Amino acid sequence: MKNSLKLTASSLAIALALALAGCGEEKKQEQASDSTAAPATTTETTTASGTAAQPETTQEAAATPAAPASGKQLTIVSWGGAYQESQRKAYYEPYTAETGVKIIEEEYDGELGKVKAMVDAKQVTWDVVDVDLAHALAGCDEGLLEKIDYSKVLDKSKFLPGTAYDCAVGSISYSTIYAYDGDKITSNPPTTIADFFDTTKWPGKRGLLKKPFGTLEAALMADGVAAGDVYKVLSTPEGVDRAFKKLDTIKNDIVWWTAGAQAPELLAKGEVTLTAAWNGRIYDANKKDGKHFVIVWDGQLLDWDLWSIPVGTPNLDQAYDFIKFASDAKNMSQQSKYIAYGPTNVDAVPLIAPDVLKDLPVAPENMKNALPNDGQFWADNNEELTKRFNAWLSQ
Amino acid sequence: MAVAELIDGIPLKVRLRRAERTKQVRALLLVAPLFLFILITFLAPIGTLLFRSVENPELPQYLPQTIAAMRDWDGRQLPDEAVFAAFAADLKVAQQERATAEIGKRVNYELPGTRSKILKTGREIAKLGSGPYKAAFVAIDPMWGEVGTWAVIRRASAPLTAFYWLNAVDRQQDAAGSIVRVQPEQRVFIDVYGRTFAIAGIVTLCTLVLGFPVAYLLASLPTRRANLLMMLVLVPFWTSLLVRTTAWFVLLQSNGIINDLADAILGRRFDMIFTRFGTIVAMTHIQLPFTLLPIYSVMKTIPASHVRAARSLGAGPFYAFWRVYFPQTVPGIAAGCLLTFILCLGYYITPALVGGPTDQLVSSWVAYYMNSQISYGHAAALGAVLLIATLVLYWLYNRLVGIDKMKLG
Repeated sequence: MKNSLKLTASSLAIALALALAGCGEEKKQEQASDSTAAPATTTETTTASGTAAQPETTQEAAATPAAPASGKQLTIVSWGGAYQESQRKAYYEPYTAETGVKIIEEEYDGELGKVKAMVDAKQVTWDVVDVDLAHALAGCDEGLLEKIDYSKVLDKSKFLPGTAYDCAVGSISYSTIYAYDGDKITSNPPTTIADFFDTTKWPGKRGLLKKPFGTLEAALMADGVAAGDVYKVLSTPEGVDRAFKKLDTIKNDIVWWTAGAQAPELLAKGEVTLTAAWNGRIYDANKKDGKHFVIVWDGQLLDWDLWSIPVGTPNLDQAYDFIKFASDAKNMSQQSKYIAYGPTNVDAVPLIAPDVLKDLPVAPENMKNALPNDGQFWADNNEELTKRFNAWLSQ
Repeated sequence: MAVAELIDGIPLKVRLRRAERTKQVRALLLVAPLFLFILITFLAPIGTLLFRSVENPELPQYLPQTIAAMRDWDGRQLPDEAVFAAFAADLKVAQQERATAEIGKRVNYELPGTRSKILKTGREIAKLGSGPYKAAFVAIDPMWGEVGTWAVIRRASAPLTAFYWLNAVDRQQDAAGSIVRVQPEQRVFIDVYGRTFAIAGIVTLCTLVLGFPVAYLLASLPTRRANLLMMLVLVPFWTSLLVRTTAWFVLLQSNGIINDLADAILGRRFDMIFTRFGTIVAMTHIQLPFTLLPIYSVMKTIPASHVRAARSLGAGPFYAFWRVYFPQTVPGIAAGCLLTFILCLGYYITPALVGGPTDQLVSSWVAYYMNSQISYGHAAALGAVLLIATLVLYWLYNRLVGIDKMKLG
């Protein structure tokens, strides 16, 4: 009796400890999920909660003996995965080599909420944050991000239209496209955004991001709305109805993904025939895993990632210095070597080799029917449309 | 007699009472650290959470003059110039403090799409020297010429609000202030709660059906072999939740091992990944030890002689099990099931990875509001409704099963 009591007590303690650990695990995954959610790759990613302890090895290795160790450091937060790797090679390592400033990398999943928590508590440990457009605008309006003094970075006119904002400086252009496996669809491939919804001609499952963002735009464009009118139509209740009606036509064929790395994974495993994806991820799968995925650029949703500085960082000058470094045409042109995302600095475009340029969203060839993301629209309507989207999902 | 009770001139009764009190104080001091710990780490956060779900600071903080000026507004016609002037003055201050977005965000919850209009209004009004303001506002955006906008602003001006709570149960206040359901295409949360409880219930049932025989086997085998089997239960239990979820992801996918087998034997493949089935399988696997271990430890305390006695008195094997053994395991079942059920309510990543499109549980919405929308009110109200629904279920459970009967060993 006594013995079993002990056993019970210990097993209960274990149970509770594990329950707690389990919670922590979930949270970690959530932070890392954007970059990792393809479960197979999870192990190699360190999460934001792993803080400063992580990637020093690469940085230290990169610091050449010539650069004096200044003892300074800068914490830069980005989206992990292949994308962050390209930033490491194009910016972090050269920056450390040049200035001796040690860069501490962290990952997040676009949770502006974490920035708010830091700013509210006046304990800002993130110096530079890579944000998406909607958060760049919302964070600026809500006073979470520093107003950028462009005299400390680069003249505003040097940035491509729509990439220089009050509180954020464009770092790359990427786009949401759809892709198919060239090994499986060999003849008569899909070429337009409307083809994505044609399940008779190209039978099989469709992969889509499980968010209204990108999905509704694609539905409207496939339904014949011109790129320039998409957000105007989507601002009306009828337009939203129209988008969902179009999605209804393939609803049972959709496989939803939630993290960037899942899309090429689904395609590789044959779970889907066509999938929406971020172009860099498809490029990466082709280059690294020897896949023959083909991107359909028609109806691409062009978007930007931007550098921003949380209000109240103690390393403000250093943060500016880094953003200046990263916005430099020559440095920026390097990043496209590591990932198929385009530059935002006008002068960086001619520095990119033509065979690299053809895979970038901003290549003229790919821009024929492109829709630039309207961050303001999503800042206004995200909550309502997310609810509507989920109500639609469970119908 | 009276003399005997007096020691040092103090009656025995008084001395006794003093001794008691010292003991009580000492006991309290011993408990104090634990009490403080629970207060700080458990009760205070829950209290804050409940408060956050009704707190409504934005408009009272940033629109004090407007709120004062609107006190006499009848609510039927557009407010008069005085209100517009007060609103302009408030906005100018807010613009300087970079607080216009807070106002816009709060109003946007109730009137989606107005956030950027309010931001624009703030910018334009800051440039404007003096009135008349009414026409100026309407010129900037026609929304200011609508009575509905002002009704929302007035309603959102109270220091406390039921908005987040109503939202969490798919309700809202209409213009007249009565509570109505939201538009059909905006009704999500009742569904999500139903789904959360249904999945938790199904998973609990599955763990019980699978776990009970295993617990019985473990409890009745000789110790050495039982220990070996116990390791088989505990090793997965000690493995990270994420790893186990990922393992199911690999097993269940269309070209996974299970489907390869099915294809070889039955000649067809099944949809298992990205379905409710996948969610339940993975969650059942993860939760199994939580149900099994309490049942096992209760079973260990049941003497084998009870069943033997029943058999020797003429009961059949099933009758002896059902009438003598099983009732004694109920406290363990009660404890294990409650533990699993409540843990299931908080699942987040497993449904997201292996589940179907409609397997989102409440916690993912809490995360959405906390991380992406930065609306603590929404998140807190969703959490609070979950907490209350859980407490109600716990109360029901207590009435039906009796929490005093619950036993962990």
